[in-house]
Amino acid sequence: MRFIFKTSYDRDIDLFEDGWHRARIAALLAVLVALPFLLGEYYLAEATNLLIWSLAGMGLMLLVGHSGQVSLGHAAFLAIGAYTDAALMHCGLPWPVAFAAAGLVSGLFGALVAIPAIRMSGIYLAIATLALFVLVEEAVILAEPITGGIGGIMAPPIQLFGISFERYGALANFYWLCLGVVAAVTLAYANLLRSPTGRAFMAVRDSEVSARALGINVARTKTLAFGLSCAATGLAGSLMGHFLGFFNYEAFSIFISINLLLVVTIGGLGFIQGAFLGAILIAAVPQVLSILRDVSGIDTSGYPGLETVVFAAILIGFIIYEPMGLYGRWLKIRTFFDLFPLCRRDMFRRQKSYLKTERMR
Amino acid sequence: MELVQLLLGGIANGCIYGLIALGFVLIYKASEGVNFAQGDMMMLGAFVTLGFVNADRMDLPFLPGVALACLVMGCVGYGIDRFLVRGVFGQPQFAMVILTIALGFALRFVAGTIWGYSPLVLETPLAGVNLELAAGLAVSAADAATIVTTVVLTVLLWAFFARTRLGLAIQAASQNQLAAYYMGIPVKFVNSLVWALSGIVATVAGVLYAAKGAIDPNIGLLGIKAFAAAVIGGFGSLPGALAGGVIVGLIEATAQRYGPSGISQMAPYALMLLVLVFWPGGLFAQIRAKKV
Repeated sequence: MRFIFKTSYDRDIDLFEDGWHRARIAALLAVLVALPFLLGEYYLAEATNLLIWSLAGMGLMLLVGHSGQVSLGHAAFLAIGAYTDAALMHCGLPWPVAFAAAGLVSGLFGALVAIPAIRMSGIYLAIATLALFVLVEEAVILAEPITGGIGGIMAPPIQLFGISFERYGALANFYWLCLGVVAAVTLAYANLLRSPTGRAFMAVRDSEVSARALGINVARTKTLAFGLSCAATGLAGSLMGHFLGFFNYEAFSIFISINLLLVVTIGGLGFIQGAFLGAILIAAVPQVLSILRDVSGIDTSGYPGLETVVFAAILIGFIIYEPMGLYGRWLKIRTFFDLFPLCRRDMFRRQKSYLKTERMR
Repeated sequence: MELVQLLLGGIANGCIYGLIALGFVLIYKASEGVNFAQGDMMMLGAFVTLGFVNADRMDLPFLPGVALACLVMGCVGYGIDRFLVRGVFGQPQFAMVILTIALGFALRFVAGTIWGYSPLVLETPLAGVNLELAAGLAVSAADAATIVTTVVLTVLLWAFFARTRLGLAIQAASQNQLAAYYMGIPVKFVNSLVWALSGIVATVAGVLYAAKGAIDPNIGLLGIKAFAAAVIGGFGSLPGALAGGVIVGLIEATAQRYGPSGISQMAPYALMLLVLVFWPGGLFAQIRAKKV
């Protein structure tokens, strides 16, 4: 094992552990940039989808993983982002403006929602966001002039400086666009986490009472977390709208919310990497299932919803046996090899917290 | 007269929501977690009953069939707690939310695989019978049975929690697990028992729901509406759940009749958000905010 000798505070809070870490991230980025030359059309579309899902996952991760608030209604913010973007582009605004507006509108809406929501905790918040989701879905259906109602709406193709970023015509360009957005958001997210604001998020997550005692404005912190999370999700929604090309309210169903939750839980709550790992899993399971079906020759057409139940089974397995998710598992494996003979089984054991309620009856 | 008729239908629908909400409240009372699969347990209960009762299935008489279904669903509830929910014992509440959401999908798949995804009708002796209360005011037997059963069940459960040793033990376990454990209450067993109980309540709700129309594996989504009921009534309060259910049912019925289209879908949730904002603990609040 290796010790990193830190000689200054800046070194301590550096984004990267050491040069080797920096090099690995650079290599990963290089591979991602080169991906359109390596993959065929089909898999490149999958990769784009994966990037968009990771972006949405990062949005939810900020909320669930880093500030400890559960949202079951994030599909609503995806929808708000997608519809804002499409509606503004139909008004003739260029894409960057519409894209920024999508993030801004969903972020502001999220912050607005947060004002009542921060008074609730845990379950109540989860249910309130679920209700919010239903309300937004109905509102989308009712607001036909803007959203196209049940019929749906077309996301206009993106044109920048004469270059087409259309999803079907110029997929590689669209992929690079998504990659750029995802990379920028990831960088901002990683930086946020080492800023006082990010530390405040985590303090609020771990104990609201002690965070307040340390002088953190809990209400403001929670509202900010909600707003930022919804903004990131709105950006993802806008990209998702362009990726789908044509969408209606069904594209942002309750199952999308739950898939997002799946992304962050399976990926590993509280790790940015988790959002990506979870998105990879979400994208890979249908592929693996279809490959298995072809290889084994079993006819699964008699079992609609098989995919969902596989997701459900994976989720149950992770929640019970590996609550830290894929990234947590990777950390354990890495620690095992780092400390090789000295690793102990209980190193990662979590303190159990037993229920003590403030209910009166 | 029309309004009374409308309200009666609303109350009967609301009782179904109230019954599902009762299931939420039971589990909330015991472990302060919310069972997001409650709607799907109701769906499964209805299908199990259908499997016992319908002529083309096992063709048992109605009441024994329902009793048997309650027994089966009680075991299912017990098993869910014993083998799944106990695995997240002592973890944050969030874990149970996700676990039960996933469980809901699994139950839906199970029901869809066994009974198919097309709507089926449960054969009940209540079907097609109407009771004339006054001139021009009729109530279907299914609605009447729903209202009566719901009230009786709520009173029974309330008495169980308030008057029996086991009920007290359950409340103790829910207020402070560790302290209850030290006092000799078998906390884990008690939790499983509550899950079994909520499985039975879910079955009753499912049967009453099925008496009013066809069922398919997706009726479990009704559970979301029952959330509204439970939240409006205040989680953790049995009469509150019933009251919340009736309020949701009434609002839905009146909004459907007098409001513009689409409003009846939104009304229960809008009301729920309002309640959450102004009475965060629900109308029958039992939680006080922790002060620093």
